Amino acid sequence: MLSIENVKSAYGRIEVLHGVTLHVDAGEIVTLIGANGAGKTTLMHAISGVQPITDGAIRFAGERIEKRPAHKRVAFGISQVPEGRQVFAPLSVMDNLKLGAWSCRDADLEPALARVCALFPMLDAILETPAGALSGGQQQMLAIGRALMAKPRLLLLDEPSMGLAPNLVDQLLTVIRALRDDSLTILLVEQNARAALAIADRAYVLETGRVTLSGPAAEIQADRRVREAYLGI
Amino acid sequence: MAELLQFVFSGLTVGAIYALVALGFTLIYNASDIINFAQGEFVMLGGMTTVFMALAGVPLPLAALIAIIVTTGVGLALHRFAIEPARGASSVALIMITIGASVFLRGVAQVVFDKRFHSLPPLFGADSIQFGGAAILPQSLVVLAGATVIVILLWLFVERTLLGKAVIATAANRLAARLIGVDTRRIVDFSFAVSAAIGAIAGILITPITLTSYDVGTLLALKGFAAAMLGGIGSPLGAVVGGLLIGMIEALSAGYLSSSYKDAVAFLIILVVLVAMPQGLFGRVKVERV
Repeated sequence: MLSIENVKSAYGRIEVLHGVTLHVDAGEIVTLIGANGAGKTTLMHAISGVQPITDGAIRFAGERIEKRPAHKRVAFGISQVPEGRQVFAPLSVMDNLKLGAWSCRDADLEPALARVCALFPMLDAILETPAGALSGGQQQMLAIGRALMAKPRLLLLDEPSMGLAPNLVDQLLTVIRALRDDSLTILLVEQNARAALAIADRAYVLETGRVTLSGPAAEIQADRRVREAYLGI
Repeated sequence: MAELLQFVFSGLTVGAIYALVALGFTLIYNASDIINFAQGEFVMLGGMTTVFMALAGVPLPLAALIAIIVTTGVGLALHRFAIEPARGASSVALIMITIGASVFLRGVAQVVFDKRFHSLPPLFGADSIQFGGAAILPQSLVVLAGATVIVILLWLFVERTLLGKAVIATAANRLAARLIGVDTRRIVDFSFAVSAAIGAIAGILITPITLTSYDVGTLLALKGFAAAMLGGIGSPLGAVVGGLLIGMIEALSAGYLSSSYKDAVAFLIILVVLVAMPQGLFGRVKVERV
C-alpha cells in the first residue's frame, strides 16, 4: 500500500535520511523503532509531505506522491498523528474533530464523529472543553480521533505512547489493534519498542537515517542486538 | 466637561481606525508570524482609489467598492509575489520585505495618483451634531458604526464557520494544520486579502475627516502597530482595545498638553509597552502541557 524507496531528506545541508526503503502492506501494523535522532519523525513528515525529500520515491496506492502537497496527501488517504499530539489548544474538542475532517468537509460529519466518540468514550463527555485544558492521555486520544475524521486508509502514528501512564499505553495499544481490525493500515513509530513490537506484524529498525534491520515483529523482538539496544534485556 | 467629551469623541473616532489597522496586523501575524508594515498602505489605497475613481465620475458607492476590491488584490499580490517566494526565510527578512512593499506602494501611489491631499464627501453631510456641548461629526458615527460592524463580522466568522476555525488552527499550530489537510498557504492568502479589505474600508471611512494622500499610510501603520503591541500582538480583542486607547490618549494629550506631541504619544506607548509589559494587555502567556 505504501512503499518508500531510497528516500533521502536533509535539513539545510545536513542529510538525516540516507536512503530509506520500506513498505507497508494493506491491513498491516508496521512499526519503526529507533533511538532519538534516528530520523523517524523526519521520515513520517516526509510521508505526509511536510518535509521535503531530496531523492527517492514515495508510492501510495500505486501512485507516486512525493511531489504532492501535504493537503492533497491527506485527501488521498494518509493521516498523521504527530509527535507530541499537537492538538489545537485554543479550540474545543469538537472543533478539533471537525477540523480533522477538513479534507472531506463537504461530506456529512456525523457518522465519522459518532465513530470517533464510540472509539473514545472519554471524549464524548468533554466535547466543549478547550483542547489545551485536557490531560496528556485525553489529548492523545483527541489527536488520534482528529486524524481518523479524515477517513484515512493509512494512519501514521508518531510516538503515541510518549508521556502516557502505563495503563493508558495499554488502552492505546488496544485501540490501535482495533483500528487495524477495522481494516486500517498503520505505520507506528515508537521509542517504546516493547509496546510497539507487541502489536506489530512487521518491524523496521532505523539507525542514524538508515534501515539496519527488518522482519516480522517476533523475529525482531528475538534479535540479540535489538534486545540489547532497545528492550534493555 | 464639554471639552473632555469633545476630546473623547475625536479619540474614539481615530481610535476606531487604529483598531482596524491593528486588526489587520493581528490577522496576518496570527496566520504567518509576519508583521505586515504595508498595512498602512492598504488604508491609503482604499482612500486614494475611492477619491480618484470618484474624480473620474464613478458614483461614490461603486468607487468605494472598486477601491476595496483593488486593495484586496494588492494584498493578495503582496503575499503571492513578495512573501510567498521568500517562504522559509526568517521572520525578520519577511518583515523587511513588507517594509519594502510599503515604500514601493507609496512610490507607485505618488506616480499613479498625485502628491496632494484629497477628501471625500461625508456620508451624511458635514453639519455637526451637538451633544452635551460637544460637536460631533456625523462621519465620526459612520466610522464607529463601520468599525463595529467589521469587528462583529470577524467575530462571527471565527466563531461560526469552519474556515474561521481553520484560521485559528493555523495560527495555533501550523504543522498540525498542514497534517490535517489544511492548505495553510491559502489561509495566509486569505488573511492578507481580509486585512487589505479591512484596511481599505478604514481608509474610505476616515478620509472625509482626516483627508488622505499617498503617504498617510506610514503614520497609520505605526499607530496601528502601537495599538496591536499595547493590546498584545496576536489578540484581536487587544487590537480593538489598544486602538481605542491609543486614539483616546492621543486626543487627550493633544487637547490638554499640546497638539505638537500628538504623534509622539504612540511611540512613547510602544516604548513603555516593550519595556514594562512586552506581552501587552491581552497577550498570550504561553503555557504548554507536555
